[in-house]
Amino acid sequence: MNFDKELDARGLNCPLPILRAKKALGELTSGQVLRILATDPGSVKDFAAFAKQTGNELLSSAENNKEFEFYIKRK
Amino acid sequence: MTDITNIDELINQRLDALLPQKLEALLQAREEAKTPSLAIIATKGTLDWGYPPFILASTAAALGWDVTIFFTFYGLQLVKKDISDLKISPLGNPGMPMKMPFGPDWFRGLNWNIPNIIQAGVPGFENLATALMQQTIKNNGVAGLEELRELSQEVGVKFSVCQMTVELFGFSHDDFIGDLDYVGAASFLPVAQVADVTLFI
Repeated sequence: MNFDKELDARGLNCPLPILRAKKALGELTSGQVLRILATDPGSVKDFAAFAKQTGNELLSSAENNKEFEFYIKRK
Repeated sequence: MTDITNIDELINQRLDALLPQKLEALLQAREEAKTPSLAIIATKGTLDWGYPPFILASTAAALGWDVTIFFTFYGLQLVKKDISDLKISPLGNPGMPMKMPFGPDWFRGLNWNIPNIIQAGVPGFENLATALMQQTIKNNGVAGLEELRELSQEVGVKFSVCQMTVELFGFSHDDFIGDLDYVGAASFLPVAQVADVTLFI
């Protein structure tokens, strides 16, 4: 999937991945896509909730080998 | 005469059926348009108790909420310029696991059951426990308290400080970071009144 910016939140724990993602999304313009890498198992549900609350669309959420990958489109 | 009564009755029936639906829709629209808000009272001044206010406040602000923290009593410790000296005490806290943040896995897994009398009697025990906790925090990729505090202010969390306890404990405004509102209970209560979530920590 294409993306405009990447955030490496691996090794970070709650609430840092969300806070960093919020900041990174702020640097994008509407419609641009942020790719996030994380290792916090709680981040799967947290990013779904974050997307729902903020109106930024969670395009995909995947796990491979204990790493999580999210694509979020800026509203 | 009979006709008018019938019409009135019909109108009433229609209104009874339609009004609740309209009201429901209006209320829902208002609810959705409203920015959620969180008001926290932070009353504790130890390393462990410092985390919940800043974690919840920064996350809520990242979700787009309006957030205010009211720091009072020992919570004042959390807005001091230097918070690297905040401590954690395992004394009288049986819920705190006592594990070592280094060594092989079997060693890290051990829970050190240290009697209260030793925790209270050994000089520097609190410092040791605090140093071990800080190492554990680092090992787990958990943010430092100061970083979380900065992030909270960056995302727009409002910090209010109880002026009465500032004076009670002999602090001066110079002891604290900037961007603080020094207020009393009368200023915080109206904020809490309209908040969707109010927490006493």
